[in-house]
Amino acid sequence: MKDDPLLALFGYFAALSLFAVGGANAAIPEMHRVAVDVMHWMSDRQFADSFAIAQVTPGPNVIVVTLIGYHVAGVAGAAVATVGMCGPTCAMAFFVARFWDRFKDAPWRMAIQAGLVPVSLGLIAASAFVLARAADHSWLAGLITAVTAVVAYWTRVNPLWVFLVAGVLGLTGWL
Amino acid sequence: MSDSAASPSAPPSLTELFQGFAAVSLSGFGGALPWARRMIVEKRQWMTAEEFNETFSLSQFLPGPNLVNFCVVFGSRFGGAAGAVVALAGLLGPPLVIVTILAALYALYGDLAVLTRILGGIASSAAGLIIANVAKMAEPMFRKRWNFAPPVAIAGFICVALIRWPLPWVFVFLAPVSVALAWVSLWGRR
Repeated sequence: MKDDPLLALFGYFAALSLFAVGGANAAIPEMHRVAVDVMHWMSDRQFADSFAIAQVTPGPNVIVVTLIGYHVAGVAGAAVATVGMCGPTCAMAFFVARFWDRFKDAPWRMAIQAGLVPVSLGLIAASAFVLARAADHSWLAGLITAVTAVVAYWTRVNPLWVFLVAGVLGLTGWL
Repeated sequence: MSDSAASPSAPPSLTELFQGFAAVSLSGFGGALPWARRMIVEKRQWMTAEEFNETFSLSQFLPGPNLVNFCVVFGSRFGGAAGAVVALAGLLGPPLVIVTILAALYALYGDLAVLTRILGGIASSAAGLIIANVAKMAEPMFRKRWNFAPPVAIAGFICVALIRWPLPWVFVFLAPVSVALAWVSLWGRR
């Protein structure tokens, strides 16, 4: 049963989730490394497509995992990957939440919280880099990335509108 | 429970938990956090803004998807294990159904040139959205004159994005170093 794809998916995402401080977006480079480079589950483009689909689907970002799971092993793969990514950390959140409030002013707790913020920032920045490299194959595509970043940083426009424009531009075939 | 006294409104029932998180999930594109805040603090008034921030900071610090963690912490506070399960079902149920349908469509039509081009445009744009999030997170950190945070963030970026080391290695090395530096900068100069 060593090569069972469901077992591999579950084990992989369960392990990955424990290091995903900063959320699903912080784990994107690792997902890309394993799914594209190590396991060859999907191509670079399919990975970027999966991320794009997850972004236009309402709901938390973590559903990109569901798409990867589906790509590898259909509905069962989607279910197993999602449970792997959410299960262990949900259990952890459930138990930690019970005693966390008691240590509200503990120095170690404040140090852990302050220390993990820059780590997750570095990881999410790496995600942006890896995704841009997977998605941008022309200078115009790079420009779309840059314009979206500027618009999302300085305005409060719903990202869905930006995605709509980007999708239409993509459709024209100029990218 | 001590928190019910501080909460401005009556605690949610299990049905309300499910409905609330399903609504958040279905309205949240590109990250559902702002919608969660709006529903919990402004619309239904289940928590004050401070309680929300405190609870959310715990969810951010724990490994795993932030909003999923938040949902578990929030649900369990108001409804124990059942509350956590119901809130999770609300948050993840609807998008999982939608995304599974989209995944099946992609498996069928993913090679169509039209779809490839549209998704390509969206993927480029989505990468830009993350860059904006990074910039918002980084701003307060880089504003202070000297602190440990920027070097740690940059080291993490280089290891993961440029050298492509596996995340667990980077994390196991960088997280303790960063926590130790945070300890020193918080308490070291007393």
